Amino acid sequence: MSELTYLEAGRLALAEEMRRDPLVWVVGEDLGRGGVFGQYRGLAAEFGPDRISDAPISEAAILGAAVGAAMMGTRPVVEMRFSDFALCAMDELVNQAAKARFMFGGQTRVPLVVREPIGMWRSSAAQHSQSLEAWYAHVPGLVVACPATPACNKGLLKAAIRCDDPVVYMEHKGLWPMEGEVPDDPDFTVPFGEARLVAEGGEATIVAWSAAVHVAADAAQTLAADGIWVDLIDLRTLWPWDESTVRRSVRKTGRLLVAHEAVTVAGFGAEIVATIAEAEAASLRAPPRRLGSPRAPVAYAPTAEAALHVTAEMIAGAVREMVQGAPR
Amino acid sequence: MNAMLPVNLDRDRLRAHHRLMWRIRALEEVALRGLDEKLVLGAIHPSIGQEAVAVGVVAHLAREDLLLSTHRGHGHTLAKGASSGAMLRELLGRDGGTCGGKGGSMHIADFGVGMLGANGVVAANIVIAAGAAHAVKLRGENRVVACFFGDGAINRGPFLEGLNWAAVFGLPVLFVCEDNRYAATTRTDTMTAGPGASARARSLGVPAEEVDGNDVLAVDEVAARLVGEIRAGGGPRLLHAHTWRVTGHTGADPGAYRSEDETRRGAALCPIRRARETLAIAGLILAELDGDEAEARREMEAAYAEAQAAPFPPFAAAFSDVQDIGAPQHAAAA
Repeated sequence: MSELTYLEAGRLALAEEMRRDPLVWVVGEDLGRGGVFGQYRGLAAEFGPDRISDAPISEAAILGAAVGAAMMGTRPVVEMRFSDFALCAMDELVNQAAKARFMFGGQTRVPLVVREPIGMWRSSAAQHSQSLEAWYAHVPGLVVACPATPACNKGLLKAAIRCDDPVVYMEHKGLWPMEGEVPDDPDFTVPFGEARLVAEGGEATIVAWSAAVHVAADAAQTLAADGIWVDLIDLRTLWPWDESTVRRSVRKTGRLLVAHEAVTVAGFGAEIVATIAEAEAASLRAPPRRLGSPRAPVAYAPTAEAALHVTAEMIAGAVREMVQGAPR
Repeated sequence: MNAMLPVNLDRDRLRAHHRLMWRIRALEEVALRGLDEKLVLGAIHPSIGQEAVAVGVVAHLAREDLLLSTHRGHGHTLAKGASSGAMLRELLGRDGGTCGGKGGSMHIADFGVGMLGANGVVAANIVIAAGAAHAVKLRGENRVVACFFGDGAINRGPFLEGLNWAAVFGLPVLFVCEDNRYAATTRTDTMTAGPGASARARSLGVPAEEVDGNDVLAVDEVAARLVGEIRAGGGPRLLHAHTWRVTGHTGADPGAYRSEDETRRGAALCPIRRARETLAIAGLILAELDGDEAEARREMEAAYAEAQAAPFPPFAAAFSDVQDIGAPQHAAAA
């Protein structure tokens, strides 16, 4: 084990996979200088400018070229800088990367990883703060990963690079400096669709991913101090998502709360709550709930930005209401 | 028509072009009949009248070279070496189609012959072609990528992004703009600023040439030069081929927005007739040239009949080849 930040863990994962497989290469804006957050610092020196490739500010070409290069058997990792900018390349991702294997009848694969940093971070305002993971979960053909810890960022990124499907890889900008124990094993990977149990308890199930996992962990501590013990599940990947772990937990607790940073309306929490309402109705002791952002763009001013945050207090309060049957 | 014979005419080469143009024409005429007979199920976009561009360019691609096409891609696909039988099965949505019946006309592809797919989104293939060429360069291979698109595509962002990309990275791509004057049903010159594809390419430092796209020998000659420059490491080139789409935008579109006069003048440009006249002047017997047409029609009729006899793909095809991780669960039920 090594103590690494979330950012360093991602960089190490990439370096290890590039050493392991000469077909892995990375392309995106400013990578030669380490990338906008420093996630690529030092890699150009080791791997050279062809494999840590700069790109023009041409999101459609970056992602589209990655599709073509992936169909030709290389394994591109694409940096989109901010997930918001990937919207300039939606045709390339949704119509091309996600469809090519299917519509060409299995003649090709598109083994690319598109890194799309998400989330609210230091007054980044409306166009640099979004969490649009639910969009991608809706698209057949894509895999969607949202790591919450340094270890997960290493293991999941390595799994994404080794995977033959196009993977939308969403790191949270607020987690870059987070430190944690990371396995040194160069073959350590995190499997897709396997959630991580962060805390264990019998009274309620909280499901979260990405930075919301840490907010929910704070809430779980508060609740534990009050004698309310919860299962906290870090989903880690949204497609596929670990339905069986969530169902097993809900069968035990009878209560489900999904907390995410994204807008609540049509967020992925809706999918989880609906699935559990359909599949586990008999187990439920309280109506399942969602907590997310109001349906508003993210503001620059910290006061207004904070108005969209799902807080530990909100999560703990919601769980208390569900457990104690308090009026909603 | 010019009664003069081209200097150094290679009769055999032109004859081969004549045959291949007829194969493309016959395939598309059968496909149009299939549309009427409700056997071709979705929209098709015929390239009737534009065959010389496909034939003249693809003549310079080796089997290991690559090609990306558009919604109007039957000609490119056949020229690159796909089987007419598999293509017609694909158009009829049948098992044994190039894409197992899952793509249809707009996504026809045959990776086995380096045909990396037609695309249903205008200009989308331009950046993908740049990426295929990027991989060729990264791997140190000696392959050329040809990317066909229409005049409408030059008004989409990926045209700028893809050409810039190919130029910046010095990639082996031949961009071919098949300028048939109409973007779907809209006159392209009414919606396009400036002089068009070649001028835009040159503004990015991509050398470009214009050619009469209905003169297969002219296309052949200029494509030879451009592909040669690309193979020599010269980076991308653009060929702006002026041509004429005989049909409407789709097989179901009568093209009534074009004047009778324009339609008549366009039809007179027929590249197959022009090749035939040149071959006749060069001494070929007309009956032999008629034989090229008859042989092409026999091939396509047989392929059409065979496609009709082929089964539709099984129910489970709806769920295969979506993804490895998190694949559709319904597959198990099939």
